[in-house]
Amino acid sequence: MKRSTLFPYVVWMALFIIVPMVLVLYYAFTVPTESGATWSLENFARFFEPIYLRVLWRSLRLAVISTVICLVIGYPAAMVMSGNAFEQKHVILLLFVVPMWMNFLLRTYAWLTILERNGVINVVLNSLNLPSLNILYTEGAVVLGMVYNFLPFMVLPIYSVLSKIDRGVVEAAGDLGANAFQVFAKVIFPLSLPGVVSGVTMVFMPALTTFVISRLLGGGQFTLIGNLIEQQFLVVGDWGFGSSISVVMIVLILLSMAIMSFFEGEEKDVALW
Amino acid sequence: MDEIIVELKSVSKVYDETVALDGINLYIRKNEFVTLLGPSGCGKTTTLRLIGGFEQPTDGTILFEGRDVTDVPPYKRRVNTVFQRYALFSHLDVFENIAFGLRIKKYSEKVIKEKVGRMLEQVNLAGFEKRDVNSLSGGQQQRVAIARALVNEPEVLLLDEPLAALDLKLRKEMQHELKSMQKQLGITFVFVTHDQEEALSMSDTVVVMKDGRIQQIGTPVDIYNEPKNAFVADFIGESNIVDGIMRQDYVVDFGGATFDCVDFGFAKDEEVDVVIRPEDLVLIPAENAKLSGVVSSVNFLGVHYEMFVDADDGTSWLVHSTLMEPVGTRVGLGLEPMDIHIMKKVRP
Ligand SMILES: Nc1ncnc2c1ncn2[C@@H]1O[C@H](COP(=O)(O)OP(=O)(O)OP(=O)(O)O)[C@@H](O)[C@H]1O
Ligand SMILES: [Mg+2]
Repeated sequence: MKRSTLFPYVVWMALFIIVPMVLVLYYAFTVPTESGATWSLENFARFFEPIYLRVLWRSLRLAVISTVICLVIGYPAAMVMSGNAFEQKHVILLLFVVPMWMNFLLRTYAWLTILERNGVINVVLNSLNLPSLNILYTEGAVVLGMVYNFLPFMVLPIYSVLSKIDRGVVEAAGDLGANAFQVFAKVIFPLSLPGVVSGVTMVFMPALTTFVISRLLGGGQFTLIGNLIEQQFLVVGDWGFGSSISVVMIVLILLSMAIMSFFEGEEKDVALW
Repeated sequence: MDEIIVELKSVSKVYDETVALDGINLYIRKNEFVTLLGPSGCGKTTTLRLIGGFEQPTDGTILFEGRDVTDVPPYKRRVNTVFQRYALFSHLDVFENIAFGLRIKKYSEKVIKEKVGRMLEQVNLAGFEKRDVNSLSGGQQQRVAIARALVNEPEVLLLDEPLAALDLKLRKEMQHELKSMQKQLGITFVFVTHDQEEALSMSDTVVVMKDGRIQQIGTPVDIYNEPKNAFVADFIGESNIVDGIMRQDYVVDFGGATFDCVDFGFAKDEEVDVVIRPEDLVLIPAENAKLSGVVSSVNFLGVHYEMFVDADDGTSWLVHSTLMEPVGTRVGLGLEPMDIHIMKKVRP
């Protein structure tokens, strides 16, 4: 019974997760020869050339910056929404969720028309007799695109954890002498850490791997690791190198997930300061 | 001992449409064990939250040692609370839960260790320091909540139905422990319950409430023996409440007969409530009884039998007795003048 209900999932996983993974690993660790292929670490060696390391560094840097900005904007937003002070909180919630119903590409293209030389922002600036800004095709534009696209993934998990915190616990802290700031630092924030961790994970991962945002809003000048992979597969046709970058990427992601779960586990001690 | 520590002066609390408290006057003496008792929704929690500072009264003032604290926030009051649902900090272990208030007050690590250690002994949780609070049983969580409040050495400890979630045996134990802790520490306890037995057995003073008003304040013995009105009589223990007419001082008519009683000061022929405790009714032979009827049901309750006797005028009398008469037997009901409690009718 159990076996038969599991069967479709097993097939699904085999077809769409395990087989592709095995293929990626195969391509990453082999180089083609006349008679087929041989095992080799050549593809990985290439990745550690300075030009590619710079791409990796840029990807990590932009992903971290975007994640931090999302957290700084997202946490207070989630707090406002979960609080009782604001009547229209479901409206804000909707404002965060509605853009997610729209296609990711469309959303990003929309920013093009806002940021471009004759876009909305510059039209407004010009009409105020202010000089135009070159926002598009800068790192700032890429970060903006990431923050805009991934912010809901930060807000929603934090919101859901915050809104589940028992008001009694907050009152208990006040009862024991904690002022509003201490209540936040010693009770609300530590209790919301699981939400922060999953928010950070859910923003950091796609920010690290995106290639659409950097291409559209960075104008191809800011090659990220995602762009590199895309190039190797679709333009250069070097599947071996593309696969090895993918493997590096997977390792990076697993690493950051491990770090995150470490923080989640350490949540108790973090709260003690 | 007679010093008044907390005083509520004509305090009202209105939520949107509901009147939760309607002009409460109450004072609490130092070292007193006061219990707020009443049915669900009568305003017990609201009263406690006002004393704790979690709510502001709509009207009236709250005094603490004679000082008006109506607008003082909770963290500045020397009052601590044990909440109805414990509200422990699930991200902290037992030790840190109890140490929370001390850390806020910036005590040294050494003092905190010492105070928390002593508190843990007191609530029988020594050795539980590092335990996750979510892994504790209800009774243990309860103790942590009490320890967390008591370690701050408050002047007044507020407890909102702290024992409601416990089973009967544990509940009795905790009642005992709480009472002895209160005596030992010399802290004023304001205790909320809707269990009348708990209220009577633990308190120095019982405050009976109904619909946001205080019905009666008194010692457990006073409240039980001299209930001020039919509601209190009915709520505190079981009672027979029947209509009667006060013929003159010390004489009352009810159940189709005239009885001597010990009450006076009513108007002539005033309609009154007559309250008689079921344990004050004794079974006697029907022949020479003023009240008589037929036993309609019998329940054995362990210590005594609970019987209903349907009198000839249609009234059903609840009788508690260690003796039993089978259903269908004709019996008489005897009672002494001092067991007849006459109360003014309260018109709703
Ligand atoms: N925050 C609130 N908003 C609106 N009405 C409230 C609020 N708190 C209490 N009330 C109302 O005030 C009345 C008194 O409530 P309270 O909680 O003090 O009752 P209680 O005596 O503690 O009852 P219980 O034994 O069920 O805990 C109730 O009618 C309740 O519905
Ligand atoms: Mg209550």
